[in-house]
Amino acid sequence: MTLARRDLIKAQAAAIAAAAAGVALPATAQPVTGGRAALEIKWSKAPCRFCGTGCGVMVGVKDDRVVATHGDTLAEVNRGLNCVKGYFLSKIMYGADRLTTPLLRKRDGVYAKDGAFEPVSWDEAFDVMAAQVKRILKEKGPTGIGMFGSGQWTIWEGYAATKLMRAGFRSNNLDPNARHCMASAAFAFMRTFGMDEPMGCYDDFEQADAFVLWGSNMAEMHPILWTRITDRRLSTPDCKVAVLSTFTHRSSDLADIPIVFKPGTDLAILNYVANHIITTGRVNKAFVREHTLFLKAQTDIGYGLRPDDPREKRATGAKDPAATTPTDFDSYAAFVSDYTLEKVAALSGVEPNQLHALAELYADPKRKVVSLWTMGFNQHVRGVWANQLCYNLHLLTGKISEPGNGPFSLTGQPSACGTAREVGTFSHRLPADMVVTNPAHRKHTEELWGLPDGFLNPVPGYHAVQQDRMLKDGKLNFLWVQVNNNLQAAPNSANETWRGYRNPDNFIVVSDAYPTVTAKAADLILPSAMWVEKEGAYGNAERRTHFWHQLVTPPGEARSDVWQLVEFSKRFTTDEVWPAETLAAHPRFRGKTLYEVLFRNGTVDRFPLTEIESGYACDDSQRLGFYLQKGLFEEYASFGRGHGHDLAPFDTYHQVRGLRWPVVDGKETRWRYREEFDPYVKPGQGLRFYGRPDGRAVILTAPYEPPAESPDAEYGFWLVTGRVLEHWHSGSMTMRVPELYRAFPGARVFMNPLDARRLGINQGAEVEVISRRGLIRSRIEIRGRNRMPPGVVFVPWFDASQLINQVTLDATDPISKQTDFKKCAVKIVPVVA
Amino acid sequence: MAGTSPAMTDGAGARRLTLLALFALLLCLAIPAHAQVLTDTPRLSGNTPPTQPMKAPPVPPMVTNDVRQMRNYPEQPPVIPHAIDGYQLTLNTNRCLSCHARQFTPGSGAPMISVTHFMDRDGQVLIDVTPRRYFCTACHVPQADAPPLVQNTFRDSLSTGGK
Repeated sequence: MTLARRDLIKAQAAAIAAAAAGVALPATAQPVTGGRAALEIKWSKAPCRFCGTGCGVMVGVKDDRVVATHGDTLAEVNRGLNCVKGYFLSKIMYGADRLTTPLLRKRDGVYAKDGAFEPVSWDEAFDVMAAQVKRILKEKGPTGIGMFGSGQWTIWEGYAATKLMRAGFRSNNLDPNARHCMASAAFAFMRTFGMDEPMGCYDDFEQADAFVLWGSNMAEMHPILWTRITDRRLSTPDCKVAVLSTFTHRSSDLADIPIVFKPGTDLAILNYVANHIITTGRVNKAFVREHTLFLKAQTDIGYGLRPDDPREKRATGAKDPAATTPTDFDSYAAFVSDYTLEKVAALSGVEPNQLHALAELYADPKRKVVSLWTMGFNQHVRGVWANQLCYNLHLLTGKISEPGNGPFSLTGQPSACGTAREVGTFSHRLPADMVVTNPAHRKHTEELWGLPDGFLNPVPGYHAVQQDRMLKDGKLNFLWVQVNNNLQAAPNSANETWRGYRNPDNFIVVSDAYPTVTAKAADLILPSAMWVEKEGAYGNAERRTHFWHQLVTPPGEARSDVWQLVEFSKRFTTDEVWPAETLAAHPRFRGKTLYEVLFRNGTVDRFPLTEIESGYACDDSQRLGFYLQKGLFEEYASFGRGHGHDLAPFDTYHQVRGLRWPVVDGKETRWRYREEFDPYVKPGQGLRFYGRPDGRAVILTAPYEPPAESPDAEYGFWLVTGRVLEHWHSGSMTMRVPELYRAFPGARVFMNPLDARRLGINQGAEVEVISRRGLIRSRIEIRGRNRMPPGVVFVPWFDASQLINQVTLDATDPISKQTDFKKCAVKIVPVVA
Repeated sequence: MAGTSPAMTDGAGARRLTLLALFALLLCLAIPAHAQVLTDTPRLSGNTPPTQPMKAPPVPPMVTNDVRQMRNYPEQPPVIPHAIDGYQLTLNTNRCLSCHARQFTPGSGAPMISVTHFMDRDGQVLIDVTPRRYFCTACHVPQADAPPLVQNTFRDSLSTGGK
């Protein structure tokens, strides 16, 4: 019977292969065996697994397999469209090398750092892990252990992780890969508005008269948002698009004002535009008087390198890079007056008429303008400043928080906002914009989590780059990596990350669906369920929270990340990991497991399995005996309700195509801070930036400062890294989809043809890309989609056989601690065959 | 096994598929259920060790045989079976539409853009391609003549359905 079935499938496969090869087979009309039901597919909604756009997709399931996906016509974000990656979501879970069992490095039957991976049970995996954590906690305390999470974590995964780390282990060494991605944006929001995330939303795209891209290639990285901007640009007379970048790319193809500037000089261009607004008398004076205040930034703040680097020793402001001092409009105007058209044109290498045309988009009071950015601003040694200098332009002109007018920080991951930022999985954050350094915030969190007073650790933990350095230095000895591929993503990875992971003192755990380069560098690999193999929730770039159900069964022993976190908590008792004095003062916690304290706590476990929507499985909850996802979400939501971060009830999100918070009285909020749209602005206030106690937003005085490393005689090229349309991040999903792999089968070095000629190399030639940190070998591309100016090369990072982050520099913005992946110096050397 | 296999140049899609299927079958027979073999394909999981630079294989040629490929499911955007090097796709020019627009298909013999491509954001059908679908390469991509890095076990609904 089984054989017959297999034969049947083989026969069909042969027919499909024949059809693919163009061989005609006779088709005959016949009744459908099994009736119409045999043709039916069960369709359910889910957000896309990839970028921060947050497109809705419809997922078709048959026989416990995803068999088709398409854009959800009811999803407001994309109205039926997907990009090429989204259209191939059906295949991302079906790479034949899925991880299906825990794997532990062993020699002679026991764990050994230098052992080979052997399959183990979940029990053995957790036993070994727990023993390591207990040993290290005893030796070093909470700073010895850490976790590296993700903007691809579902909301409840991030929430369970932050609770386990901070409330279970008293460690703040929890950071998401979103640190590499938009920490600068988050810090700038907090510093400017006192509240994270954009005031506007995607609805702005149908109403703006101008779009300015400051370091974002939306055509490839946010293709569906680009369809909305393309629609607006092509449909509306006099709509203008300006694209600023360090090289020409597909977004430039739609630009009326395509600008290529020298790396790092965007800071000067921003100050020039402000100067233009002021000197042409187009400041919205009433707005500035009523809604803003002026602060001056600490300058010469260094580059976030290791403290013994000469660049750090020289930097006079590196001790307190986030410091600001009060100033006023006149001083600010005098400061930016230095950024004249002539001077900035010379510095940036941009034609003066282009800079003027750009400035006029902002200055013209009749033109509604949306500014957009992603990694060009955020992965920048002055990323926080760049974000803030852009806010300056919108605040000077009052073009903010209204339909068609506003600055909009895009995100690269599906839940960078929903999980990394809103849940607060950064090393200094708590849920709902609170921070560990604020005693009132800790107290509130301790109340909601039912913890003893004064329990939470007030010292921020290690951020992403610092985690790798501390692993290498032996100060951090346990790291659990979930839903990311950090050995491929982290900067200067051969010298820092790799050595940290393989340091014999350290135990590294990686949870993933596939054997990534990071997983293979671990000591223990845990097989993860992915996307619609589990129930999930994401939050996209426009504050939209959206849910999906588990639709298929994960392969083998693969389990969701949230199950892994919760199950692991059962291995610890408070007596083992909490301070003795805390237990002496609060004996009711004695002898309890962390599972009981954190998850079986009367709140997280209060919803029975019967509340799971009928027709859907939820393996995690079935295993635990209560509706875990709902309990975690509702407890988490209690942080934000009534505090400007209101989320709707759990069940609502399974019915709607997402809602943009704050959701008050069942209504989402499209534009924050304006009375007409935002219920948090009191009647009569009109506009109020209520994130700050004074209700004002900050206009920042900050100068152009040079990058950490610029090309010189030996290392003559700027290296810019990034993505391509067809591959998402490190490629662990998209490289396993044959159509996406074939669309872009390996990384290349995009280079200007004149540079190639000067070096005597042709299209496709093999070269070494060498920096002071390391090198890779790749192939030259001089005709591709990215058209490089002389002296600049671009290498995407999706290809594990060309780990370009061995070449990049681990310089960060000193305020946000986010790496600058866009600027370091390399040389290109032809490989002689 | 360092690097990917060399690209096949004879374009024998059927033969390649058969070989792959055979290979997959052998793999299934050789390995007991649930045993885990970690991928050893550098493009997927790095060199051994990952810090060791490795030779970059030549960029495989693109498929330019003009043979339409079957879709994995009806909603999948068809892949492009021809070269698009140097195609202008800008604010002012769309080279793809010079063959695939409705009015040009009789002359070009190319498939007409689908009816969905005439619909605006509200589902209204327009006279010509909707501006939101203007940039074709957001969804339609050419293909290199290269074997997959790893087998994908996605199953066509025609083979899972109709019990």
